[in-house]
Amino acid sequence: MRFEGTKNYVATDDLMLAVNAAITLQRPILIKGEPGTGKTMLAEEVASALGLPLLQWHVKSTTKAQHGLYEYDAVSRLRDSQLGDEKVREIANYIVKGPLWEAFEADTPTVVLIDEIDKADIEFPNDLLRELDRMEFFCYETHTLVRAKHRPLVFVTSNNEKELPDAFLRRCFFHYIRFPDRETMQRIVDVHYPGIRNALVREALEVFFELREIPGLKKKPSTSELIDWLKLLMAEEIPPEALRSDDKKKVIPPLHGALLKNEQDVHLFERLIFMARQGR
Amino acid sequence: MLIEFFLHLKSRKLPVSTREYLDLLAAMQARVASHSIDDFYFLSRALLVKDEANYDKFDRAFGEYFKGVERLPGLEAEIPEEWLRLLTRKHLTPEEKAKLEKLGWDKLMEAFRKRLAEQKERHAGGSKWIGTGGSSPFGNGGYHPEGMRVGGDSSGNRTAIKVWEQREFRNLDDSLELGTRNMKVALRRLRRFAREGAADELDLDGTISATARNAGWLDLMMRPERHNAVKVLLFFDVGGSMEDHVKVCEELFSACRAEFKHLEYFYFHNCVYDAVWKDNRRRWNERIATAELMHRYGPDFRLILVGDATMSPYELLQPGGSVEYMNEEAGAVWMRRLLDTWPSACWLNPEPERYWGYRQSIAMLREIMGERMFPLTLDGLTRAMAHLSRKH
Repeated sequence: MRFEGTKNYVATDDLMLAVNAAITLQRPILIKGEPGTGKTMLAEEVASALGLPLLQWHVKSTTKAQHGLYEYDAVSRLRDSQLGDEKVREIANYIVKGPLWEAFEADTPTVVLIDEIDKADIEFPNDLLRELDRMEFFCYETHTLVRAKHRPLVFVTSNNEKELPDAFLRRCFFHYIRFPDRETMQRIVDVHYPGIRNALVREALEVFFELREIPGLKKKPSTSELIDWLKLLMAEEIPPEALRSDDKKKVIPPLHGALLKNEQDVHLFERLIFMARQGR
Repeated sequence: MLIEFFLHLKSRKLPVSTREYLDLLAAMQARVASHSIDDFYFLSRALLVKDEANYDKFDRAFGEYFKGVERLPGLEAEIPEEWLRLLTRKHLTPEEKAKLEKLGWDKLMEAFRKRLAEQKERHAGGSKWIGTGGSSPFGNGGYHPEGMRVGGDSSGNRTAIKVWEQREFRNLDDSLELGTRNMKVALRRLRRFAREGAADELDLDGTISATARNAGWLDLMMRPERHNAVKVLLFFDVGGSMEDHVKVCEELFSACRAEFKHLEYFYFHNCVYDAVWKDNRRRWNERIATAELMHRYGPDFRLILVGDATMSPYELLQPGGSVEYMNEEAGAVWMRRLLDTWPSACWLNPEPERYWGYRQSIAMLREIMGERMFPLTLDGLTRAMAHLSRKH
């Protein structure tokens, strides 16, 4: 099994190598990067490229490590016991399997995505050490050891909101998705909009990278925002000339709301444009 | 195989472990990468480096080790200018400093570069500090609040220094793990558990008694989970005389980040005035009004100020006394305002306690703080936390 990028996803060499190392050595891989650089999409694309089922586990601030393994629904069992349901004698009926259990049990290798692990509590990664290392855990309610039939390929994404513990990092491979350079960006755009007019893309990329250069932006526009913006530009049939700006008399790029998501950023941007127009 | 490489990385202060080294060997054996140096570089980086902040360090270490195998582009040792500038402060004699005024900066920089190059030739390991420089505090060259003003003493003459001051500030590195454990234990005293938020835990005792009262008919009781509900505001003094204390501050910062769930941190310089900032690289563009913070964070926050409180007394007493800009109100006014907003507060001072008596500004701040100034040692931290955990 090797991952070589897909039709819909442009992977750089270092990214492919990191993914392939994780596949070969059957280790989890931690992906970090700016929001919108395709961290989550990577797991989806790898799963589809390798033809493996994808199990997603989206982590929230209240998520516990246990939720990924299983949950014991004590409340419904108590209720059933009052109603005299026969089901109640078998505790396994009240065990709800989580994505990791499903993956361990599957008859084929699977891809597991643990999305945005940094959103959870500080202890969350520590609680998963043994599970991700040995790929097994113990279910106390049924006294069974659940062991992976096939070690799943685990993708972990993080937005860097919290530090991850050392012990956890030691068990993962790591890749930081850099913001794509102009060349890679061109390839990404080509993948998403094969028919797009060349001139428009060139102008749009120009505007886009200029925007990213503005100091003090709260949220810099990222790849996914560029893709959305291009879609809008095409839908509105905006001519490439409209994007071109000569230095003296700058115009606000059309539909810039797709690129700047923060009110303060839009203000800042408009102020800068205004100043440029004053010829200062 | 590759043991030397592994040890080399270790000696360059990269946090690599044996386990990761074995992983790398396994990956080589499994032929994950081809035999080109590029592939090996990507592979070893993915397996050995677990934080993008260390990428640069790794690049340099890798370049050093594989020099001659194949030149990797972009690995020539570039000495950032601000290091040089800070280093001059450490290395220059007073006569040279005087010369600085006459010569002008550019010429002196050139001379200094030459001197640095000579030094490298004489000591074999002379370039080492460049590699490890990222984490070592520079410019602890006996800086005094007034000492910065090379070009003259009056406050109107600071323009030149302002420029290099701007580059001197760097964000505190909170990745320091070593030595923070003791601090975490000390910080742990500031725990206050409370049940807050959504009721999602089964309250067994409550359920039993409610069910009994209900004549055996099941009555479920839920309750929220216990959290450490303490909220902390941290203000760090950075730059200037605090350069000497960077390490201990980083440790404290790292420990705090791990310990407190509700932690907000801000930076200031010398004394808190009308604005603070969150990112030292952009401290001039992204300032946050102190008044806004007072509205945003309620009195249930505990305020911890970290700084050496070493400054000119004018900073506290006079409007316009700040070393870096024209402040409309004196530092003391703002300090009192902070204490009114967050009555539970303390000041941690990295300067040894025995020197406190010699600095006027420290004595003044202690008075403003109502003697709630503690040294930034384990003992001082423990005392401070005990103080903060009292009810106010």
